[in-house]
Amino acid sequence: MNLHEYQAKDIFRRFGIPVPPGEVASTPEEAEQIARRYGGTVVVKAQVHTGGRGKAGGVKLAKTAAEARDVASRILGMNIKGLVVAKVLVTPAVDIATEAYLGIIIDRESKRAVVMASAAGGIDIEEVAATAPEKIVKLPVDPRYGLLPFESTRLAFALYGDPRQAKAAAAIVRQLYGVFAANGASLVEINPLVVTAGGELAALDGKMVIDDNELDRHPELEALRDKSEEAASEVAAREANLTFIKLDGNVGCVVNGAGLAMATMDLVKYYGGQPANFLDIGGSSSPQKVINALRIIAADPNVRAILFNIFGGITRTDDVANGIVAATSQNPLTVPVVIRLTGTNEEIAVAILKEHGYAAMTDMDEAVKRAVALATGGGSKVA
Amino acid sequence: MSIFADSDTTVIVQGITGRDGSFHAKQMLEYGTRIVAGVTPGKGGQRFEERVPIFNTMADAVVATGANTSVIYVPPLLAADAMMEAAAAGVELVVCITEGVPVQDMTRVYPYVREQGARLIGPNCPGLITPGQSKVGIIPGRICQPGPVGVVSRSGTLTYEVVYQLTRAGIGQSTCVGIGGDPINGTNFIECLEAFERDPETKAVALMGEIGGTDEQDAAVFVREQMKKPVVGFIAGQTAPPGRRMGHAGAIISGAAGTAAEKLQSFRDAGIGVAQRPSDFVTLLRGRL
Repeated sequence: MNLHEYQAKDIFRRFGIPVPPGEVASTPEEAEQIARRYGGTVVVKAQVHTGGRGKAGGVKLAKTAAEARDVASRILGMNIKGLVVAKVLVTPAVDIATEAYLGIIIDRESKRAVVMASAAGGIDIEEVAATAPEKIVKLPVDPRYGLLPFESTRLAFALYGDPRQAKAAAAIVRQLYGVFAANGASLVEINPLVVTAGGELAALDGKMVIDDNELDRHPELEALRDKSEEAASEVAAREANLTFIKLDGNVGCVVNGAGLAMATMDLVKYYGGQPANFLDIGGSSSPQKVINALRIIAADPNVRAILFNIFGGITRTDDVANGIVAATSQNPLTVPVVIRLTGTNEEIAVAILKEHGYAAMTDMDEAVKRAVALATGGGSKVA
Repeated sequence: MSIFADSDTTVIVQGITGRDGSFHAKQMLEYGTRIVAGVTPGKGGQRFEERVPIFNTMADAVVATGANTSVIYVPPLLAADAMMEAAAAGVELVVCITEGVPVQDMTRVYPYVREQGARLIGPNCPGLITPGQSKVGIIPGRICQPGPVGVVSRSGTLTYEVVYQLTRAGIGQSTCVGIGGDPINGTNFIECLEAFERDPETKAVALMGEIGGTDEQDAAVFVREQMKKPVVGFIAGQTAPPGRRMGHAGAIISGAAGTAAEKLQSFRDAGIGVAQRPSDFVTLLRGRL
């Protein structure tokens, strides 16, 4: 789960990281009031879950409160990479001497959290990573000991020659690791970490991604979720414990397991169709999950046919069959459905479906071909 | 022969009284897996299905039974402790089926289990099966049959799909291993390929990967440099939109790294047969056996 910059900065402050003051506005009037309180020049920053906000025009300076109102009215409602800006962060402008980068991610290769630091921070850090990787210092953290003080000192001196700044940076590195470890993050980032004209360090931007698997441990973080940043169907799916991603095609797919779901989408395309979605009903099944899945997919007006591809392992196919029967008896489907299921409790599932007038297929290729034919208007024709 | 599990495998089920644990413990017993104990803290002294003794701790269960393998079906936030408990108790193989284990937990589990000298498979995986001998996990037994193909996959249900199609075509399997799709897992493709290369009964390998990460590319290099046995590979997610998470944390694309195209190219460079569809495994493997 992504946090907004202002949410990440609130957490950073609690861990002692120097972050300039800032407040969130949802209207131009609020932005004006906040700017007036701060006095002087402010920065108005779009709060959306994507990078490249500055390049998209979502970050602007305002010299006066009136200008802040003006700038905020242009940024609020702006569409940045498909996301509509609902909030802006208003923060006093800072004179910047240097920009550094500081980030922590989980690295699959070393299987550890890795702290990354570069004196060449700012918006082009990805280019630095690609063209001059030696300018980024990487330090895998041994989970048994956590980040040790000498390690943070080493990273800090890679960023700053000035001992006073390096000491301040070492503290920030330790604090940022504290943020990472205590909040179940999969990524935390300060970019840029600046030295101001006055020689002080400050985190001018903040990014945090929380591991979704940690949210049961951190209800306080779950409460920060911004549902306006997600498609309504994706919110509904998550609340129903399904993994769903909306796509542009017309073959609705209900599959168990991410790998098989992706392979099913690939096969839909292979046979000339377009998948309408990625939907993984997950491991442990229940009829209710299937009811929820069908409701979400049937709500997509693009969907012309629905394909079930269920291979029962931990998922019991009879649960899926019961879900299909329950869902369609409540709300009859307006599009044809192709059901392919095999595996755990298959005989029971087939009997349940048969009793309610559904045929079940066992071959994946044949089922996908049939769904594609139905979606492209072929009716009974099989490609 | 086989890899990681055979008829000498003796299994403890952690979480044997839970919904998933009890269901799949029964399925494993029916398959013939030698389940010698279960562990559920607080239920020590009871019996599962009137025959399998239940213990409070892994240490008690291992001391009493001498089991060499554990399979874990506990809730996600308890799974890290269960994996470490199993390794500390001295089993050789720990198979964690549980999905949704926090990745920071895994940064601690991975080195701990290795230091205890155990092999971890998973988490978020279907486990493994050596057809006709032992099933440790949730792979449906009836879709498998003994034979010459080693199967290794990051996915669960996609593995079943391919194994099912192989069996229907009369191509049996030596061992099928689902290594799991999480960013940090206990055993990677290369370790499975190494074991299959050494196993005299395995004549060819089917490998199912996914978009995200570099495990498949690393595996391709290993195949090119170290393997004599033929390998056929598949990558799921060729049509996945870039930059979006697809359930498995591993299935994240960043830039060009980890795309299906990149992985398939590394397969071709290594002489790995590329299956465009799951059903292509049958023809490609038949031509290589």
